[in-house]
Amino acid sequence: MAERLRADLVLEYPFTRTTGPVIGAFLTGLREGIILGIRRPDGTVLCPPTEYDPESSEPLTDLVEVGQSGELMSWTWVDPPRSQSPWDQPHGLGLIRLDGADTPMVHGLLVDGPEGLSVGMRVTARWRPEREGHIADLEGFVPEGAD
Amino acid sequence: MSADPSIPPTALSGEVSLPEKLADVEPVRSVRTPIRLDYDFIPGSASSGYLNAFADRKILGQRSPVDGAVFVPPRGVDPRHGAATPDYVELPDTGHVGGFCVTRLPIPGRDDLEIPYVSAWIHLDGADIGFLGLVAGIDTSEVRMGMRVRAVWKPDDELGRTAENILHWEPTGEPDIPVTAAGTNAWHAKQAAAGEQG
Repeated sequence: MAERLRADLVLEYPFTRTTGPVIGAFLTGLREGIILGIRRPDGTVLCPPTEYDPESSEPLTDLVEVGQSGELMSWTWVDPPRSQSPWDQPHGLGLIRLDGADTPMVHGLLVDGPEGLSVGMRVTARWRPEREGHIADLEGFVPEGAD
Repeated sequence: MSADPSIPPTALSGEVSLPEKLADVEPVRSVRTPIRLDYDFIPGSASSGYLNAFADRKILGQRSPVDGAVFVPPRGVDPRHGAATPDYVELPDTGHVGGFCVTRLPIPGRDDLEIPYVSAWIHLDGADIGFLGLVAGIDTSEVRMGMRVRAVWKPDDELGRTAENILHWEPTGEPDIPVTAAGTNAWHAKQAAAGEQG
């Protein structure tokens, strides 16, 4: 029987997407080192911002700055990260409700191990020094007071 | 809710209000979102036979046991009938262009393709479906459906068990076959002829 054949096959799509004004503003904020949410008619703030109200479907336009620290609402531990993960070390993934926001956002939690994480703990943003307008401009979140 | 769906939603028209801090900075308008899938490709038996034969400069198809239609590349089945196709057929490295496309924009990751280039369905003599190849050795504006072509192979010492052994297809200079008998039209004509005989 002939030797079994195998080959590497890579499918790669180098997409660039246009952002629109709302997501564009959020990413602009990240580049400038601030985090934006968007205010609903009832005064609550969605962060990350969405282009439409999730209940009424009305367009949302009032972008507001939220805090850089907040509460960890839920988390999981990732070990090891997959090859294309933004993080090359084991890390947490958490739902973080930032101060001034009413909804949580997903991001990485940069601690040494899962024993460093608990629901309700305070975490704060850690920024990359070089930023380009991308969610990875935020390196992740660390326990408040750690940096 | 907006009653008239033809009116663009406010959020997409650019009328958003921003915090003071972002009033004078260049807004982000696009974001890179590359997608990459890494496969470890292991061919099945039909494809393995096809690829192994390439090392000997041979192109193999498989014949349908139902009506004799010849498929290339072989996949081990006649997909129309769900019938296994165990019998290989050796095909010549000549055929015609059944259809083609001129590409004038570069493809990321394929710097080896000089634009403009022509990709085409190559219908080998004796095959009933086409397979993809590049057409070269002719000005792109001269490529046409029904044009006779032959394979241009890599040098013998560079042959491997891969369809990449065929560098491209070049015109043979023979007269074109009529468009009505080219590409998938050939199959339809064959079916019609069989119907008349039956």
